[in-house]
Amino acid sequence: MLSRVANRIYWMARYLERAENMARLVNVNAHLLLDLPLRVHLGWRPLVEILGSETLFEATHDEYDERSVVRFLIGDPQYPSSIISALASARENARTVRDIIPREAWEQINELYLNARKNLPSAYGQRKRYDYLNSLILGNQQITGLLAGTMSHDNGYAFLRLGRNLERADMTTRIIDVRSADLLPDEGELSPFENIQWMSVLKSLTAYQMYRREMRLQVRRPDVIAFLFKNLRFPRAIYHCISTVAGCLEDLPHNEAPLRQASHLQRMISDVRPETLDQQGLHSSIDDLQLGFAGVDALISESYFFTGRQEQSQATG
Amino acid sequence: MTIRWKDYQATGFHDELIRSGGRPRDAARFLTRWLSRLRDDDIRERKAAAELAISVMGITFTVYSEEGGSIDRAWPFDLIPRVIAKQEWDGIEAGLRQRVQALNLFIDDLYHDQKVIRDGVFPRELLADSVNFRKPCMGMNPPLGVWAHICGSDLIRDRDGQVYVLEDNLRVPSGVSYMLENRKVMKRVLPELFEEASIQPVDDYPSQLFDMLASLSPRMVEHPEVVVLTPGIYNSAYFEHAYLAQQMGCELVEGADLVVNDDDCVYMRTVEGLSRVDVVYRRIDDLFLDPEAFRKDSQVGVPGLFRAWQKGNVALANAPGCGVADDKVVYAYVPDIIRYYLGEEALLPNVPTFRCNDPLQRKHVLANLDQLVVKPANESGGYGMLIGPQASKRQRSEFARLIRHDPRNYVAQPLIALSTAPTLVDTHVEARHLDLRPFILSGQQMYVTTGGLTRVALRKGSTVVNSSQGGGSKDTWIVDLEGH
Repeated sequence: MLSRVANRIYWMARYLERAENMARLVNVNAHLLLDLPLRVHLGWRPLVEILGSETLFEATHDEYDERSVVRFLIGDPQYPSSIISALASARENARTVRDIIPREAWEQINELYLNARKNLPSAYGQRKRYDYLNSLILGNQQITGLLAGTMSHDNGYAFLRLGRNLERADMTTRIIDVRSADLLPDEGELSPFENIQWMSVLKSLTAYQMYRREMRLQVRRPDVIAFLFKNLRFPRAIYHCISTVAGCLEDLPHNEAPLRQASHLQRMISDVRPETLDQQGLHSSIDDLQLGFAGVDALISESYFFTGRQEQSQATG
Repeated sequence: MTIRWKDYQATGFHDELIRSGGRPRDAARFLTRWLSRLRDDDIRERKAAAELAISVMGITFTVYSEEGGSIDRAWPFDLIPRVIAKQEWDGIEAGLRQRVQALNLFIDDLYHDQKVIRDGVFPRELLADSVNFRKPCMGMNPPLGVWAHICGSDLIRDRDGQVYVLEDNLRVPSGVSYMLENRKVMKRVLPELFEEASIQPVDDYPSQLFDMLASLSPRMVEHPEVVVLTPGIYNSAYFEHAYLAQQMGCELVEGADLVVNDDDCVYMRTVEGLSRVDVVYRRIDDLFLDPEAFRKDSQVGVPGLFRAWQKGNVALANAPGCGVADDKVVYAYVPDIIRYYLGEEALLPNVPTFRCNDPLQRKHVLANLDQLVVKPANESGGYGMLIGPQASKRQRSEFARLIRHDPRNYVAQPLIALSTAPTLVDTHVEARHLDLRPFILSGQQMYVTTGGLTRVALRKGSTVVNSSQGGGSKDTWIVDLEGH
């Protein structure tokens, strides 16, 4: 497999996953707002902060109002992680590897982008936003299924799953962060709403049913965090994602460096003790993990994408 | 309302489907009958289905634009196919085989003994002036003695129905992927018609191409590594490069993916390390192929590729230097070239061509500029041409000056009245001009596509079929009347 092609498949998968998770991220915040009492003023700013994109946002916007943030996250072509930009990048990457991925997958990715662009106005109003985001999530799930069912499970597929799972792990931490960020007073009058909010987080990750089956518990903060961090079987749980990354790496040649980093991350996740973490502690362990994901990404690039090209690996490093 | 063939007007031109008086040609009868049964709504529905198929299949051609991320446009396509009877096509195919065979012998001769020049058939000074002759290729023996492995020849039909070769594209001819995709769209949108007639399939091309390329491998291995070399995503034919690589199941590489090592062999950079390449189907012009051998500023080439080819460690298709026969002045000599190498008369005629390097012919051209089309030898895509009957007096005298200044660089031809075919405009049909580009493969055997890519000028009266300038395409059906 060509290094360049592996690189593009990896990024195609990352961008697709990013678009889907961005949709989930906007959904969780919208639901959270609906669940809270009117007197609590929870805004949209935390979403931009969680994505580390304040500078980009403030370059073109004055206020963190719903309209601006939603437009920024969903439809801003200048913001590289917006849904529309992520889909456009996924499509460009897919286009350059259309000799590798099944034809139907390219057609679906192309269509997903074209539809997302065409229906953009409906994402901006509250009434149709959920449908817009949901159809996007389903569209990406369809692509995932199509690739699983029709693409040879070879090295190319390994890079696809690497990209998807690394991105998913990262975005799951960000979605958890929506709730963990310093948004609300931890105790006192809002505690009746606490569980409802964690339920929203679960639902936005399509994790509620699986949580109930696995944990057989009421929705409680430490259990939700434990589930989303440490569950091996739920495909959006961070531990599951990183274990998949490690599994894919095991099938690839000269994998020592990235594999070591992935194993290190697995241990980090196992060591998290949700019941002892306050919001701040949760937030900082999420930060640590995100740095760890970036480390795996850098080592994958170095080991596979820039073979024999010193100048490039330096340029991107 | 439905399509009424009696009202269809193609006066003054040969129409591919309809004779005068609105009667269909034999090969098209089943098609015109079926079309005239469609109601307006049916036509709109099928048209919409075709547009949807094209958009979903992602069939695009690339138009580079600085602003905006959108660099590709949907492929313009007309639903009504162009139909040719198999009996007629067999004759055209034989003519194409003959032509390409002779051209390959001609190229091989030019890079060896140049007998054709010594025997006075082809003037030495023309070769000396040729911009596509590559001196470093002298004495090279590409596998099987073939230089032009893939050729796309443009065919047109005049008022009287005679088919002519307009030009031979020997460098990096494109369009074959659209021929293949057009057929897929038609099968999705008008499946019934394929049950009504024996329309010859076209899908065989990618496997024929792959077998031909694999047969060029310098290493005797079971699975030679064949790659398609593209200049990259901004090239107007990128869709085709990716498409062909995908259909052949081989790697689509860019220049930076390949490296030539100290052993003068070509390798590609893979996730497992460097991996040997045997055959490069290059879709990059000679001059950009290798910055060590040709243009130093090439960003898309592979340093050392030409050296590896010279050493016989890699096959290049088409071979460097084969463009020497892709030249509008050489074109004028093709009937002589066929006679010289094969001892046969050309089965497919050239458009009558006056060579301005010949004093008598030049005199004729200069006296009749208002009736002739003047073409420079080495431009393509219709650049730098004079269409005499449509030109102003000033343009004609400018060309007279150019011809006198550099006669070798110009040829002139009578203006051919390109044939037409019915083309959908909203829900009715109008006559539009078209041409045809079949593709010819040369390896151990030769292979000619069944039909080819029909390009149609969608603007009324226009004869410009290029997709960048308002051209579209049609599916091309070779129909076996006896088999039905």
